[in-house]
Amino acid sequence: MAVSKLVLAATSTKSCKVLLGLRVLAFSATLSAAIVMGLNKETKTFVVGNVGNTPVKATFTAKFQHTPAFVFFVVANAMVSFHNMLMIAVHLFGGEMEFTSFRLLSVAILDMLNVTLISAAANAAAFISEVGKNGNKHARWDKICDRFATYCDHGAGALIAAFAGVVLMLIISAISISRLAQPNKCSSSTAATPSVLP
Amino acid sequence: MVKVTQRLGGLVLRFAAFCAALGAVIAMVTSRERSSFFVLSLVAKYSDLAAFKYFVIANAIVSVYSFLVLFLPKESLLWKFVVVLDLFFLVNGKLTVKMVTMLLTSSLSAAAAVAQVGKRGNANAGWLPICGQVPRFCDQITGALIAGLVALILYVFLLIFSIHSVVDPFLLRKS
Repeated sequence: MAVSKLVLAATSTKSCKVLLGLRVLAFSATLSAAIVMGLNKETKTFVVGNVGNTPVKATFTAKFQHTPAFVFFVVANAMVSFHNMLMIAVHLFGGEMEFTSFRLLSVAILDMLNVTLISAAANAAAFISEVGKNGNKHARWDKICDRFATYCDHGAGALIAAFAGVVLMLIISAISISRLAQPNKCSSSTAATPSVLP
Repeated sequence: MVKVTQRLGGLVLRFAAFCAALGAVIAMVTSRERSSFFVLSLVAKYSDLAAFKYFVIANAIVSVYSFLVLFLPKESLLWKFVVVLDLFFLVNGKLTVKMVTMLLTSSLSAAAAVAQVGKRGNANAGWLPICGQVPRFCDQITGALIAGLVALILYVFLLIFSIHSVVDPFLLRKS
């Protein structure tokens, strides 16, 4: 399994660069998902009826704020990308901290929490989009993707980015947990390395 | 002694999570209500909505997994070797519990999002709420979602508990 090989390599010092690269990828994926869904808006004018011979037009807007699941999606993706940015900053500039074991534990726990957060957000938005795309004839809910095609396409792009973020966050979390058991310093600071397990 | 209490605590948590997940599955599968307005007759089942089907499948997987892991007695001997030697086994064990937690949270989140639309409707998309016509169905779905939430919280505790019992990050053990 590629994931287990990746995690076994977490004991080497090259894992630091791998972890950093993965965090940068996850940051960009979740940030782009949040931005694309946050700017998702489409306005269209439809003919709703006829008064005599003149058509009556009405303007409808599809915004992401109309659906609470999409609001949760944007907020959660923004939070996860902020978490990744924070972890990258800690990784690059926080090498001089002495309390190594607490830092590793907090990184591992925060990564786990963010994995669950982003998977919940991506899934909720995916299922709501499925109802919007196919409609639901049992509940008499019409599909909206045939009328607002651009809105649906942008939403689909944001969803793909978010699911890529889910997979990346899962791998990152696995590596963080494995580094709990065998901590190795990533930076070139000269502080002594306390081993977690005696 | 410490090992016995740890193992017992893990077993209790897992059994409680198994019960909660099983309850969620049963509550959602048995929710079915027929209502009629004017000449139309509407039957509300959980399988009408894809999110509820995913919820049922995910919680069924979780309950079966919990039930099977409850009956692994030899693992208590293996933990000693796991801590010292094998990183692979450690991460494999943790990854499974984490996968299960992710499965639970994603299924709960999806079902809750769709149930919220069913309860409030979506005025901008022209989707009417259906809870007014089938109130007993809605209540049972709510109960199933709450049971799923309880299972999720128990599994989060189990995850932290199992990491703490294998790796000692707070340096609490003196040996």
